[in-house]
Amino acid sequence: MPFSTLSKLKNRLDAGETSAVELARIYLDRVAAHNDALNAFVHIDADYILAQAEASDAHRSAHGARALEGLPIAVKDIFCTQNGPTQCCSNILKGFHAPYDAHVITRLKEAGAVLFGKTNMDEFAMGSSNETSAFGPCRNPWNSDCIPGGSSGGSAAAVAAALAPAALGTDTGGSIRQPAALTGITGLKPTYGRVSRRGIIAFASSLDQAGSMTRTVRDTAMLCEAIAGHDAGDATSVADAPATDWLAACDKTDMLGLKIGRPKEYFVDGMDASVRATVEAALAECEKLGAEIVDISLPHTEYAVAAYYVIAPSEASANLSRYDGVRFGHRCDNPDDLLDMYTRSRDEGFGSEVKRRILTGSFALSSGYYDAYYKKAQQVRTLIRQDFLDAFEKVDVIATPTSPIPAFKIGEKTDDPLTMYLSDIFTIAVNLAGLPGLSQPCGFVDGEGGELPVGLQWIAPAWREDALLSAAAAYEGATDWTKKTPVGFDLAGGAA
Amino acid sequence: MDIDVHKVAMLSRIRLTDDEAAELGPQLNSILGYVDNLQQVNTDGVVETAHPHDAAMPLRSDVVSNGNRRDDLQSPAPKTESGLYVVPKVIE
Repeated sequence: MPFSTLSKLKNRLDAGETSAVELARIYLDRVAAHNDALNAFVHIDADYILAQAEASDAHRSAHGARALEGLPIAVKDIFCTQNGPTQCCSNILKGFHAPYDAHVITRLKEAGAVLFGKTNMDEFAMGSSNETSAFGPCRNPWNSDCIPGGSSGGSAAAVAAALAPAALGTDTGGSIRQPAALTGITGLKPTYGRVSRRGIIAFASSLDQAGSMTRTVRDTAMLCEAIAGHDAGDATSVADAPATDWLAACDKTDMLGLKIGRPKEYFVDGMDASVRATVEAALAECEKLGAEIVDISLPHTEYAVAAYYVIAPSEASANLSRYDGVRFGHRCDNPDDLLDMYTRSRDEGFGSEVKRRILTGSFALSSGYYDAYYKKAQQVRTLIRQDFLDAFEKVDVIATPTSPIPAFKIGEKTDDPLTMYLSDIFTIAVNLAGLPGLSQPCGFVDGEGGELPVGLQWIAPAWREDALLSAAAAYEGATDWTKKTPVGFDLAGGAA
Repeated sequence: MDIDVHKVAMLSRIRLTDDEAAELGPQLNSILGYVDNLQQVNTDGVVETAHPHDAAMPLRSDVVSNGNRRDDLQSPAPKTESGLYVVPKVIE
């Protein structure tokens, strides 16, 4: 049974029933068998993985096991790693080798994890379908004609098809939660400031946050516990963040006394009717578990996407100014002068979606337009944050669909950027408000070529990841969705 | 509103071919047309968000915390010489 959870693998390792080397070999076999079909991994170095696994087994016998001892964890190509290339799936970083590890990579190493390859993503995390990657699209294990979601599409596909038991992603406007929903796995974006951003290639710094993509709620808690915590190297990593007992929060088996907010703006005409019905059924299940469903309103929801597509591109245009052909990354051949070097290197290196966003941001920040766009968007952001603060006076957590639609066909939305942007309509407000959000599988809908997963999104007040995990754990315990696996991926790799 | 794509591309230091500009122009206008929905919101007296939690930036002691890693940090550069980054001539 290759679709094992991280928790179960940990128990088997601790019981001496398997070793880090054996696990590494099993998952490497699975990658060899299935990655050509999925394009989930863009870089994987078997020798490095086996060397880490051997070192982990040696550490276990000499000193005992650390929190993630011997567990293979895949990471998105956005995390700087000293070993191997880091390219953010962009041609402008072709050949780049990071001179240091991201803080969360250091934390994974300190916890004894085996870094298991780099996963596919939209270029610079700008996309909702993994189609803007310089390495080509990643495919959804539930239907290979469909996108896995984005931007952390490779991490999602890798976990959904059990090419790795767990992965790290990043989430700026839904890039962990939306692909988790579209591939039937669990993904958590922690509170802004909970996890250090140092060494994570920057997209929009006031929104970016790293998090977990796993098969179950408990696995997500295990992984987030390992990467969370203050880092003096990231000035926005919050030093006095309230602590969370990540694993204890997952022991919850009921929802007695829990007040769940159901925002009317997230159950609207225009969304896929079967997705809506699936999420409504999940809320009915929560009522059976003892929860009270409270109708609420988040009145500025309809402006979240517009505010996001000013703020995120503005921050991106500033962050991506560093790719100038001087200190790292692509430089064009035979530049005439400095300006020619900048403009041609950036033209050759960036893909069209990245250019679109840099131009949008440069425009929004340009003289004469700043007040009308950037300042206005940051004011609307304040109103969106206030909506959530008001709602959490009445309820403990909020439940919504993660995505208004299930996975769509590759190529279906690439002609019209705005249509693609609107697919993030239910995840973006959470980033603007800096809140924690979790997506978990809550059912399946019929698509062309079979069933496609649907995600249930939980939103909690800042620093209350425990509330998300408790609600999600109780729901997961009462349902069987995490036990469903995509067809065609149970062959290679034997029994993990 | 009609956005001047070539001007914005120059601000962004990205060369655009005429074909790219012809494709990007309508796309940017469509995106900004959607973004203009923000103008419907009354934001009189609303303070803009600077940090999602209004948190203050932490202070740290001003001490050297890492050694000289110049060679490591310059290793990804396209062209260096004697510890300096080499670029086309800036001043004639």
